[in-house]
Amino acid sequence: MVQRTTEIIVGLFILAGGAALLFLALQVSGLTFRSAGDTYTVYAYFNDAGGLAPRSRVSMAGVEVGQIREVALDHETFQARVVMDIAAAIDSIPADSSAIIRTSGLLGEQYIDISPGADMESLADGDTFYETQSALNIERMISNFASGQGGD
Amino acid sequence: MSYCSAKFPVVAGMADSSYILLDDVVFTRGNRRIFDGVSLSVPRGRVTAIMGPSGTGKTTLLRLIGGQLRPDSGRVRVNGHDVPSLRRKDLYRLREGMGMLFQSGALFTDLNVFENVAFPLRVHTRLPDDMIRDIVLMKLEAVGLRGARDLMPAELSGGMTRRVALARSIALDPDLILYDEPFAGQDPIAMGVLVKLIRELNATMGLTSVLVSHDVPESLSIADHACIVSDGRVIGEGTPDELRKHTSPKVRQFLNGDPDGPVPFHYPAPDAQADWGGTLGGGSRRG
Amino acid sequence: MASSLMDGIARLGRRGLDIIASLGRAGVFLWGALVGAPRPSVGGPLLIQQIYRIGVLSLAIVIVSGLFIGMVLALQGYTILSDFGSESAIGQMIALTLLRELGPVVTALLFAGRAGSALTAEIGLMKATEQLSSMEMMGVDPLRRVMAPRLWAGFISMPVLALIFSVVGVWGGMLVGVEWLGVFEGSYWGNMQASVTFADDVLNGLVKSLVFGVACTWIAVYQGYDCVPTSAGISAATTRTVVFSSLMVLGLDFVLTAVMFGSF
Repeated sequence: MVQRTTEIIVGLFILAGGAALLFLALQVSGLTFRSAGDTYTVYAYFNDAGGLAPRSRVSMAGVEVGQIREVALDHETFQARVVMDIAAAIDSIPADSSAIIRTSGLLGEQYIDISPGADMESLADGDTFYETQSALNIERMISNFASGQGGD
Repeated sequence: MSYCSAKFPVVAGMADSSYILLDDVVFTRGNRRIFDGVSLSVPRGRVTAIMGPSGTGKTTLLRLIGGQLRPDSGRVRVNGHDVPSLRRKDLYRLREGMGMLFQSGALFTDLNVFENVAFPLRVHTRLPDDMIRDIVLMKLEAVGLRGARDLMPAELSGGMTRRVALARSIALDPDLILYDEPFAGQDPIAMGVLVKLIRELNATMGLTSVLVSHDVPESLSIADHACIVSDGRVIGEGTPDELRKHTSPKVRQFLNGDPDGPVPFHYPAPDAQADWGGTLGGGSRRG
Repeated sequence: MASSLMDGIARLGRRGLDIIASLGRAGVFLWGALVGAPRPSVGGPLLIQQIYRIGVLSLAIVIVSGLFIGMVLALQGYTILSDFGSESAIGQMIALTLLRELGPVVTALLFAGRAGSALTAEIGLMKATEQLSSMEMMGVDPLRRVMAPRLWAGFISMPVLALIFSVVGVWGGMLVGVEWLGVFEGSYWGNMQASVTFADDVLNGLVKSLVFGVACTWIAVYQGYDCVPTSAGISAATTRTVVFSSLMVLGLDFVLTAVMFGSF
């Protein structure tokens, strides 16, 4: 009888561990159960990727539509080459849309915002954004402003 | 190896005479030589007492027989098997046929009396629960503690602890029981009970018993065969009557309990002159 | 002069060899205990009993500590982050600190003090009272019967405890941050979810606690098994368990952090 009670308590203990892991996965890390096949890959080149990092979000109109897989230097153009995975459900992004690096809040992390274009064709797997806008560099902005170039 | 792994056929020739045979066993621990060529034999089906002053390594001797220690040289044969050279699995199988009663009883403190006695049965057999219960109660009945089955080891007196431990060591009906100082620290009644039990068990179960002790009268009263170990050697061996008539001064000293004699009162020490002589000028006082 | 120098070197060498030998013994011990577990019908109940004693009974201290650490993190984080006007990042800070570092490390330290010392003392006492010897003489290998269930129970319990610690800490942080300090609940969770990743943070933390579980339990059980079976010996072994486990956890934590989060 004692053994039975112990078994049940230990079972609950292990279950609590499982529940904790589930909680950390869903509530804390915001993991959603999407399989890898549910995304397609697009590329964008930036003159300055700023603080953009893998797993940063990609959004349209403030709604998350994908995330960044990799940020690397293109050895020929010396631009930052950003690889991002877009959810397969979002399959109608106009081909002439532009990718803009934005900052959430003043000191928050950077993410890519897709500003939709007007083209009838849509971006498909392996395509590249034609138009990009690099990270806003506050230091550069301030120095521009101080030297008078910024305020015409 | 002359045995096959399935079961232990007794090796021919070894069978009849002696169950345990130690031949010129040498054992050292650290820098201390505990056994310096011990040879003795334990006859089958008898009670053999191994006696000797405290600290002569009697417990070590039992551990050598049980294969927990290996001798530096010499042979230890139990039931025809060379114990030090046995592979682990065969050693454990050999031990299933041995019971050992530890000085402290060594009951498992987290199990009650019943479960302690049931322990070897549960581990080594696949008997159903009700059969285990019958066997355990039988063994407890044999030591007179059937009523104590639900007690925890902490609730037992020293004598009862040892009797429970005895019930546990006979749970698997072994061929050999090793008793480590079964009488030490027991009151006369408990001692009497244990003497009677050891004798009875040996007679009824056809066991071979080895008991290691420094209690001379009790040991000699139940032993068929006895040997005395001192200074790493066997100094006397024979039936109790033969030992009582033994002429060796060492044997006489031990059996009579003389405080000084060939077995020295003093632990080996540097010359007294070296310890006190120089500083106190004690040499002249000792004069 | 030269001879005393030689003596010193020889002593150093002997000590080094002693350490290596005891490492070797510990390795053989682990191997002997984990290889060839007892029959499931025997081993299962033993394992469950040990998980109960090692894991479930450590739950109270882990939950209470986790709660307080989460609440302290929220208070401290709030004071610092509000200087930059980014109190809303408090959830992210608490979650990352707990998942990556404090969850596994503090749980392991608590575990060493609560369960590890108890394991060492228990096994040491079993050795001193000849229970291990008598088991051997009954043809039962104490490594498999006594040590193996305790080792496995420790390996299993530690990650579970660390997970629970982190969850309770996150919850405690929310209690203080959201309920008391008035951070918007949506941004508490939102910032957390945006910055915490399952594979990098949750799983790496889990791996850490697994490693710590193996280290702490191994040290505790081995120290008990290897102790000098006297009261002084057991007390020294218990102390060694807590000291070695703590140092080992912190050292391993540095190595693991460098491997997992170091930017190379």
